[in-house]
Amino acid sequence: MSKKENKLEAKNLDAYYGDFHALKNINIAMEEKAVTAFIGPSGCGKSTFLRTFNRMNDYIDGFRIEGQILLDGRDIYNKDIRVDELRKEVGMVFQKPNPFPKSIFENVVYGLKIQGIKKKSVLEEAAEKSLRHAALWDEVKDKLNKSALALSGGQQQRLCIARALAISPSVLLMDEPASALDPISTAKIEELIYTLKNEYTIVIVTHNMQQAGRVSDYTAFFYMGELVEHNKTRTMFTSPKDERTQNYITGRFG
Amino acid sequence: MRTSEKIIEGLLWLSAVITILVTVGIIWVLLSESISFFRVVPLSDFLTEKEWTPLFADKKFGIMPLVTGTLLTTGVAIAVALPIGLTIAVYLNEYAHARMKQIVKPMLEVLATIPTVVYGFFALTVVTPFLQKIIPSLAGFNALSAGIVMGIMIIPMISSLSEDAISSVPRSLREAAYGMGSTRLQTAFGVMVPAASSGIVVSVILAISRAVGETMIVAIAAGQQPRLTLNPLVPIETITTYIVQVSMGDVPRGSLEYKTIFAAGITLFVFTFALNNLSFWIKKKYQEKYD
Amino acid sequence: MTNSDINRLKDKAFQVFGIFCTFIGLVVLAIFLIDIVAEGITRINWDFLTSLPSRRASRAGILTAWAGTLWILVLTTLIAFPLGVGAGIYLEEYGRKNRLANFLEINIANLAGVPSIIYGLLGLEIFGRQMRLGGSLLAGALTLSLLILPIIIVTTREAVKAVPRSIRDGSYALGASKWQTIWHQVLPASFGGILTGIILALSRAVGEAAPLIVIGALAYVPFTPSSPLDEFTVLPIQIFNWTSRPQEEFLTNAAAAIIVLLVITFLLNGIAVYLRNKQQKKIRW
Repeated sequence: MSKKENKLEAKNLDAYYGDFHALKNINIAMEEKAVTAFIGPSGCGKSTFLRTFNRMNDYIDGFRIEGQILLDGRDIYNKDIRVDELRKEVGMVFQKPNPFPKSIFENVVYGLKIQGIKKKSVLEEAAEKSLRHAALWDEVKDKLNKSALALSGGQQQRLCIARALAISPSVLLMDEPASALDPISTAKIEELIYTLKNEYTIVIVTHNMQQAGRVSDYTAFFYMGELVEHNKTRTMFTSPKDERTQNYITGRFG
Repeated sequence: MRTSEKIIEGLLWLSAVITILVTVGIIWVLLSESISFFRVVPLSDFLTEKEWTPLFADKKFGIMPLVTGTLLTTGVAIAVALPIGLTIAVYLNEYAHARMKQIVKPMLEVLATIPTVVYGFFALTVVTPFLQKIIPSLAGFNALSAGIVMGIMIIPMISSLSEDAISSVPRSLREAAYGMGSTRLQTAFGVMVPAASSGIVVSVILAISRAVGETMIVAIAAGQQPRLTLNPLVPIETITTYIVQVSMGDVPRGSLEYKTIFAAGITLFVFTFALNNLSFWIKKKYQEKYD
Repeated sequence: MTNSDINRLKDKAFQVFGIFCTFIGLVVLAIFLIDIVAEGITRINWDFLTSLPSRRASRAGILTAWAGTLWILVLTTLIAFPLGVGAGIYLEEYGRKNRLANFLEINIANLAGVPSIIYGLLGLEIFGRQMRLGGSLLAGALTLSLLILPIIIVTTREAVKAVPRSIRDGSYALGASKWQTIWHQVLPASFGGILTGIILALSRAVGEAAPLIVIGALAYVPFTPSSPLDEFTVLPIQIFNWTSRPQEEFLTNAAAAIIVLLVITFLLNGIAVYLRNKQQKKIRW
């Protein structure tokens, strides 16, 4: 198997909330079309780090970074990068399902509509494709015009995934996407991640060690703003190099 | 795309900044017209003369009669609204069922939505004739009726702001009072009301500010006779009524009489501005205390 | 009687007094409404609604007054709606933490406490004299727009603030710009609240007489206005005028006009309350 390209990279990355040093000199490279899981205790900086890849932290007062984040080798914090273009390339799914208070259809095509695409046939095609991709089509195809808020939590989260896929990103960021869901819905999301990695580079933040083990190819362990260890998931779970990693994955703290 | 975002932000900014222009406009208009008024009438006369007769041949420009008229109607209104409003606030908080509170509060708010000209009509045609049966010496226009009706109008202002203040007192305080065997009344006035006092004071200040600036009730029912008195039974004139009186007549623009309404206006503005800012100040201090 | 008996008695007495106070206002209101309706209802007929004002009470109607009120309502909405909502959005979404926003906030709170008659003096000088609009509908509507601006701004801010962060994040994450997010997500989700605020503000404007009298709206207008630059009167001014007349028949006219004004006011408030309840039921985030 040929060595895959590095899709995402962080170089000497530091991040601050005002005086608080949230991320300390992070260096990591993530392979294309693989799933990387970020694990670590609450407040370790993993979500902050995830949000630097689509610049969602830009809206937080007092947040700033030093260093570089590279997407396909280009620094996304460069001045001539347009944030809206970046986010078409890097989709995101949040911790709690956050469907818009609109119809299912309108939710899926929202990203396309704000790009100015109005043609109904194009939108309908994209909606079906994304919903199929997110394994939701069969459940909602007869009620596309119903409110998205009427769906169950698990369905809402898959809708949010479909919504992200509709703008054809190459990277999908997932911030604890199953933490608010029941076990059955969680299983569905995990299956989905497994099929999606054939086409997308996926980065997932999770609290759940088993989940990281099940879905990811690589795992990165964060602790107190530092990247402690980054390796193939199997290697990391069987023979962690750092004692802190060992302690965390065996459940000694968390 | 980016330019249109900038343009939109600029337009929104502009609509927000217009509010500053309104304030500047108010102060500029009041100042510029009253400055030319005070060039003719010395400020000392304005503040110390005991008569206000700008529309008569023998002109006197003492604002005091209008100020006392205003304070008189305001005083009556607060004397009505404060005990009733505060009692309602305490009653709804400590005695009434939650359901009753839910029903009564919006009903009381209706009192605040009725146009003031309607209250004026009520004061003149219902309250005054009724009071005249009890107090035969009561004049047809008087501060008492106008003040009472204005008091009814501002009841919801005091009751709902005070109620908010009382209900934001920590539960633990109330429970502590009950735990020592206090009755509801003792808890309410011994513990809750003192703890909520700054919020209650704010509600009263805002009510005073509202009453000072109220126009139509007093214009209809309190009379148009500037008089330096604290007797609520006789016709008086408030600052606001005077402005209406001149506006209804045909005083030529630019004349000294015309400028008197701006001198009266700035007096009114100073009163309400001071009261409002006092309430903000108390509110801010109070919030810091509980945070 | 023991001390605690006395205390219990006092407690009961206060409860009775509390009920009395709670209902005294409402009872007075009821007496008043009954009195008005009894006095004015017989005067309300088609002729009263469609006649021009007259020196003779029995022939006078409120056509010009309610036409003026309607004009004022429409013009005030057109002016105050974009300004107030725009300012509210700016304060909540754009200028959140800077010093200007802080100052704007205090300023708006202050404006909300300025007596309406002072707005009349502002309108008289700025719109009436400087802009040469005189006592026209446009001058009146501009004046009332400034008067209700603080109410609209405050309610807009509250409605916009209630839209959860997660909805904005979802929109940004799909590549939407700030304004696209506001336009497609925040405004639709907060529209009910904004509308409620605007209607409440209008119900305030519809009852105002003082500022309009000051800018020079007339008590006697012999025609219905046909353009925003025409002179006008409104229901509250007509009521004020009739109430000031000594003849009993004019008081009857005033009572009848009050019924019409109250119907408009209660209608607007009713719509606002209905919208608010509907909004609260509709979306649970």
